[in-house]
Amino acid sequence: MGILEVQNVNKHFGGLHALNNVNLDVEQGSVHALIGPNGAGKSTFLNCLIGKLKPDTGSVKFNGEPVLGKAPHEINQLGVSRVFQTPEIFGELSVFENVMIPCLAHRDGAFKINAFSMVMKDKEIRQKAEDILEDMGMKDKMNLHSGSLSRGDKRRLEMAMCLVQEPKLLLLDEPTAGMARADTNNTIDLLKHIGETRGITKVIIEHDMHVVFSLATTISVLAQGAIIAEGLPEDIKGHPKVREAYLGEAEV
Amino acid sequence: MKLMNDRTLLIIFAAFVLAAPLIFAPTGAAYPDLLQRFAIYGIFAIGFNILFGLTGYLSFGHAAFLGVGSYASVWMFKLLTMNIIPALILAVVMAGLFSLIIGYVSLRRSGIYFSILTLAFAQMSYNLAYSVLTPLTNGETGLQLRLDDPRYLDGASVEGTLPSTNLFGLEMKEVFWNPNILGYDLQFNYGYYVCAVLLIASFYIAMRIFRSPFGLMLRAVKTNQNRLRYTGINTRPYTLTAFVISGMFAGLAGGLLATMDPLAGAERMQWTVGGEVVLMVVLGGMGTLIGPILGAVFIKYFENIFSKINEGVLHSWFAIMPEWLDNTLVAIVSPFVGKGWHLTLGALFMIVVIFLPGGLVDGAKRIGGWITGANRRKAKAEAE
Ligand SMILES: Nc1ncnc2c1ncn2[C@@H]1O[C@H](COP(=O)(O)OP(=O)(O)O)[C@@H](O)[C@H]1O
Ligand SMILES: [Mg+2]
Repeated sequence: MGILEVQNVNKHFGGLHALNNVNLDVEQGSVHALIGPNGAGKSTFLNCLIGKLKPDTGSVKFNGEPVLGKAPHEINQLGVSRVFQTPEIFGELSVFENVMIPCLAHRDGAFKINAFSMVMKDKEIRQKAEDILEDMGMKDKMNLHSGSLSRGDKRRLEMAMCLVQEPKLLLLDEPTAGMARADTNNTIDLLKHIGETRGITKVIIEHDMHVVFSLATTISVLAQGAIIAEGLPEDIKGHPKVREAYLGEAEV
Repeated sequence: MKLMNDRTLLIIFAAFVLAAPLIFAPTGAAYPDLLQRFAIYGIFAIGFNILFGLTGYLSFGHAAFLGVGSYASVWMFKLLTMNIIPALILAVVMAGLFSLIIGYVSLRRSGIYFSILTLAFAQMSYNLAYSVLTPLTNGETGLQLRLDDPRYLDGASVEGTLPSTNLFGLEMKEVFWNPNILGYDLQFNYGYYVCAVLLIASFYIAMRIFRSPFGLMLRAVKTNQNRLRYTGINTRPYTLTAFVISGMFAGLAGGLLATMDPLAGAERMQWTVGGEVVLMVVLGGMGTLIGPILGAVFIKYFENIFSKINEGVLHSWFAIMPEWLDNTLVAIVSPFVGKGWHLTLGALFMIVVIFLPGGLVDGAKRIGGWITGANRRKAKAEAE
């Protein structure tokens, strides 16, 4: 049984059939890459997993538990975190505060009134936040206003925010888009490293084939809302349908 | 960078508040009635800032909770005792319950829809108080003390006189010290010090909330509520708690207004009163600790002092000038004072919003920055 089981998910936007009977089984501990041209429905698919969108039909199970109809915070508390395609961070807060919030959410749950303790004196939270920033190579930036970071740094910050929650399933929507080559390689190393030490299962959407083939254990290809191919990286590389769908979009 | 630590800030603030009858003497505002209003509206604004300043949810309905607090207090004065403690407790509790209901419904929406819902609730409360709930609110006349009120705890009142509000026998209105310092005739009364202590306590509570994990979540709501949801936080109970806390502060302020003068009228619930607290917070600096209090003092000062400057006063100011200049100056200035004080306030408000989006606190910081910057440059120049 996979950690994530998606069955027959359909989603329409008006006349657009954005997800067409999508099935996906993600194995515990795997890195499942989801590739496909722009507009294929990849982000929409993730939106259905985290409670941002409700599919018209189908079922989504996380660790055997149905998650459709659950609120976003409930799904996250089950252990699903997401890095968005355009960075979603707390732009008016400092980098450090940005990371402390998911730490608190992880430790204290979805709601807790602790109005009389001091965040900055919470050693456990501070330590965790500092450690993850250290891992991400952002410790020197921890007191900066997060809204003033570069796009690449915002992305890394968002990744830190997700990782610090120690999720069971991490969803990454184009995590290296807009990053310089060196940063991309760092991110690959980081994701590999987390995979080994923390055993986090990952679903990664990515256009950069270098990233995909460095990380993925399984690849699914989405085109016009439907899964057209699925398999091991070496099988997907030579798949004729994939070449057709990508036609000139990227060097496969 | 922090300018000072919290304890220092609290001590300076407390000293300032306790010495206010002396500090405000040169401004002409140091009479007990106005000082009490400064403190009471300061409490109102501190509470409002916990909702608006931290979460960004803009309520136009907080006058309703101020009104509920006043009505609840006056009922306690009528039924139980003139001691202000039960009155203030009931004011806070009732305002808390009301804000729980109104907040629960209004917070189903955000942004402008939330604001409109709160505005509608405030208007409804006003109308209810004005007409429908007359047995509870005494409608148009307002709720007042009467000689035949039972006051079960106090026993019979002195024949023919209405009793006054007190704290275990200390009468609110009583001036306990009336010294003459530096030519100013100062008045220290119990009422102000009751308000002052509660203002300091409110400030302390706000400070703790600002620094707490709860406060951090509220600020996160303001900057990116969606991110917060996908980070596992159920945002609704957080915003509702902030709403109820701010409602309870408003109730306390309403109760305190009733301890100054034990009557409660529907006009206290009018949406303009709720609009005024928005102005106070924006003018002072939303989301800052000290800003709301500055804004409250500023607006109440204008309302009470500027509105009393008439042409006679202006002529006495410009008396040393030649008559034609005196007349011209009076003609220029007079539309902005007296009854025209709203005009000055409006102009000031616009200047602040356009040039100092962080409010008066922002302005003070910039001036502080210039001074320290200038000092540093000077020190550097001297060193070279
Ligand atoms: N909320 C929405 N409302 C209407 N159409 C949408 C919405 N979200 C996505 N779409 C459309 O669905 C299609 C798939 O979009 P998306 O999932 O973002 O693609 P991808 O992430 O694969 O590039 C696109 O045609 C897009 O315009
Ligand atoms: Mg996308």
